[in-house]
Amino acid sequence: MVMVELLAERFNFIIVIILMMTGLYAVVATGNLVKRLVGLSLFQTSVFLLYITIGKVFGGQPPILPEYGGGHGESDYGAASTDHAAGAAEYAADTAHQSAEVLYSNPLPHVLILTAIVVGVATLSVGLALVVRIRETYGTIEDEAINKADYAVDSAGRGA
Amino acid sequence: MNPHLVLRVVAKLLIPLIVVFGLYVHFHGDYSPGGGFQAGVIVASAVILYSLIFGLDSAKRAVPTWFVKFLAAFGVLLYGGTGVATWLLGANYLDYDVLHPDLSHHTGQHIGIILVELGVLSTVFAVMMAIFYAFAGRAPDIPEGEW
Amino acid sequence: MEFDWTQLLDYALMAMLLAVGIAIVRLRNLFAAVMLMGVYSLLSAAWFVSLDAVDVAFTEAAVGAGISTVLMLAAMLLTAREAEPVKAARHWAALVVVSVAGAALFYAVGDMPVYGDPNSPANSYVGMDYITSTPNEIAVPNVVTAVLASYRGFDTFGETVVIFAAGLGVMLLLGLRGLKKKEEQK
Repeated sequence: MVMVELLAERFNFIIVIILMMTGLYAVVATGNLVKRLVGLSLFQTSVFLLYITIGKVFGGQPPILPEYGGGHGESDYGAASTDHAAGAAEYAADTAHQSAEVLYSNPLPHVLILTAIVVGVATLSVGLALVVRIRETYGTIEDEAINKADYAVDSAGRGA
Repeated sequence: MNPHLVLRVVAKLLIPLIVVFGLYVHFHGDYSPGGGFQAGVIVASAVILYSLIFGLDSAKRAVPTWFVKFLAAFGVLLYGGTGVATWLLGANYLDYDVLHPDLSHHTGQHIGIILVELGVLSTVFAVMMAIFYAFAGRAPDIPEGEW
Repeated sequence: MEFDWTQLLDYALMAMLLAVGIAIVRLRNLFAAVMLMGVYSLLSAAWFVSLDAVDVAFTEAAVGAGISTVLMLAAMLLTAREAEPVKAARHWAALVVVSVAGAALFYAVGDMPVYGDPNSPANSYVGMDYITSTPNEIAVPNVVTAVLASYRGFDTFGETVVIFAAGLGVMLLLGLRGLKKKEEQK
């Protein structure tokens, strides 16, 4: 019973893990290189979902602070900034006026995943370029056929 | 009548809007979701749309290959160059506060952030265009019926 | 605990993601698989919005559902339209691998923090400090941009260089001039 409650609180993580395993299955089982890269991209996107799920805070807002005036924010941190001149203190004091604390979701995973998404598409394109070249050389993109072609060339080379 | 007339007219209307939207996303990256990565991809998708409708040769005349190669390197240089500029002004590498004397409103941070995001925009745009040109340049000619 | 209607949206997105993921694995027609990958990216972007990650959703929608689909379609055009069927031995071996990995991860889920906990270790230290110190030190409302470009500017520099290197790699592998012109030059 405790275990059911344990898993119910972490239900989102379980779904994301199932999605990751779907992508991993596509990578391991398929012989077709393009489909493998599609599976890898699926795995990658699911990992991003895992990271962002960790950073979510219940009752929180997206991490974009309101502009000057009418702001929210944690009051004690806002009032403690005294070593800059008028402008910064004004902005910080504005954001400190509300006494209620407003929660924001954790911005750090967002930054990391933003980077990872664009780098992921760049490396996906290098992988696809390699697949295109493989297709032009071997005439096929099934890995078993490619292996057979390589062994044939190898053994023909050793025989000759 | 050209069978792709509707597409051509709509694309001519949309492509400038997409480019302007991309620049808007870049410059408002400080105040709303956005920034260099998203803006670079949006502007690249505008040029890819142009290439899909008007042909790869027209697109290569509009955004030539040498420009794409130059812009990719220029983006990285702009980012690194901003750091070197802060170095020469006496602070640490990529310490944006020295870029503008107004420390109270942190204008230096705004300038620094926009400059480095411009570098990121250039590199992302150029790399997406280069990848598209590389793949599309090799595409075999497919007659209309074989899709 | 009153019923939270946004949870329904989350469950609907999860169900659609699972359905699309399984469909991608099962389909042999590569055109359909690539298109469904675009759909998967778009659904992930919607879930990112529900998880308060608006910058990430923007990037995932633009990059994943946009550029990535175009690239995979172009690659599929140049290579093959259909995948061969998976042999039974390989299918069962893959299932064993996936089950072992999945079981290990499920075992680890028990140690993860509760979903949405504001006091979890991930949400307690540096992440929240960025929110409180951004108004004072950078005065930029979008905290994600402030962290990306200013607090963690070195990481973003390295990432720009990685993107440049990937572009270089594709330029070296495929060339920007295309195949037709090389034939004309001969």
